[in-house]
Amino acid sequence: MMGTPGESTEKTIPRIFPNGPIWSGILAAGIGCTALGALVDLAEASKSVSNALNFYNPTGDLSGKTLLAVIIWLVAWVVLHARWRNREIQSPGKIMMITLVLVFLALIAVFPPFFSLFASD
Amino acid sequence: MEMSSRELWTVLHGMVFGAAYLLAFTGGFIAMWDFRSNWIVGEGVKVAARRLMVWTWAMAILAWLTVIVGTYVVYPWYRANPPPGTIGTPLMQYPKHLLLSDPHTAEWHEFGMEWKEHIAWLAPILATAVALLVTRYHERIAVDAHVRRALLTLYTLAFLTASVAGLMGALINKAAPVR
Repeated sequence: MMGTPGESTEKTIPRIFPNGPIWSGILAAGIGCTALGALVDLAEASKSVSNALNFYNPTGDLSGKTLLAVIIWLVAWVVLHARWRNREIQSPGKIMMITLVLVFLALIAVFPPFFSLFASD
Repeated sequence: MEMSSRELWTVLHGMVFGAAYLLAFTGGFIAMWDFRSNWIVGEGVKVAARRLMVWTWAMAILAWLTVIVGTYVVYPWYRANPPPGTIGTPLMQYPKHLLLSDPHTAEWHEFGMEWKEHIAWLAPILATAVALLVTRYHERIAVDAHVRRALLTLYTLAFLTASVAGLMGALINKAAPVR
């Protein structure tokens, strides 16, 4: 999947930047979305998790779910960027497919008829 | 013609930011679609890159403003608990409980608001990723069709998730407005 910097996926691509940092940002966005979905389902399934995520009472556990998802997204981006910043991703289609699957999972996870399956009460 | 401060915040959250978000998406989508090295050359690349950054950052900032105002200003009013025994007209001050008090309207909260409050938060994550990547790596984006298509997809997903939230918000506010 990975190559050395400067190996481009298209002949016309000049040797400006390796594409690794870009794909790290794209994949991290998918991870952030899935993190939100997972937190929504966890809070629905467990009253103690829901209470733990209640960072700001007027908003309830929505405050914790969203804040943690944003933190997970940014941490994932930093970690992936550090690993891929000098890499040329040779199979960008695979990264895009994984990202789309992650976003799709997030869309399912935040859909009320789905997460109500885990309702704790 | 009078509006309460709660109604003004709700209008700001749903209509002002929402309308601007739609405009920013349209501008950003067209700018990114056109941002390819075989269509633009020389100085045109710089101008097109600047335009693309402006639109994508506008959408990202509007997405953050919308979810932050929605979550921390409007939502607490929506979900506030009424004093015990509140029924009838006074319950209109408590939209969530007003909706849940009638089986015919309970789904607006249990489905509509539960979906809206979560799906909306996908939009700023996706839109901000696009804006940051466009800002830092626009030279590569201009020449790499894979990357451009991927960013267009994330950008469109950001718009669609926000649209679902916006639509649900408008319908819920019609059934039980925040006053």
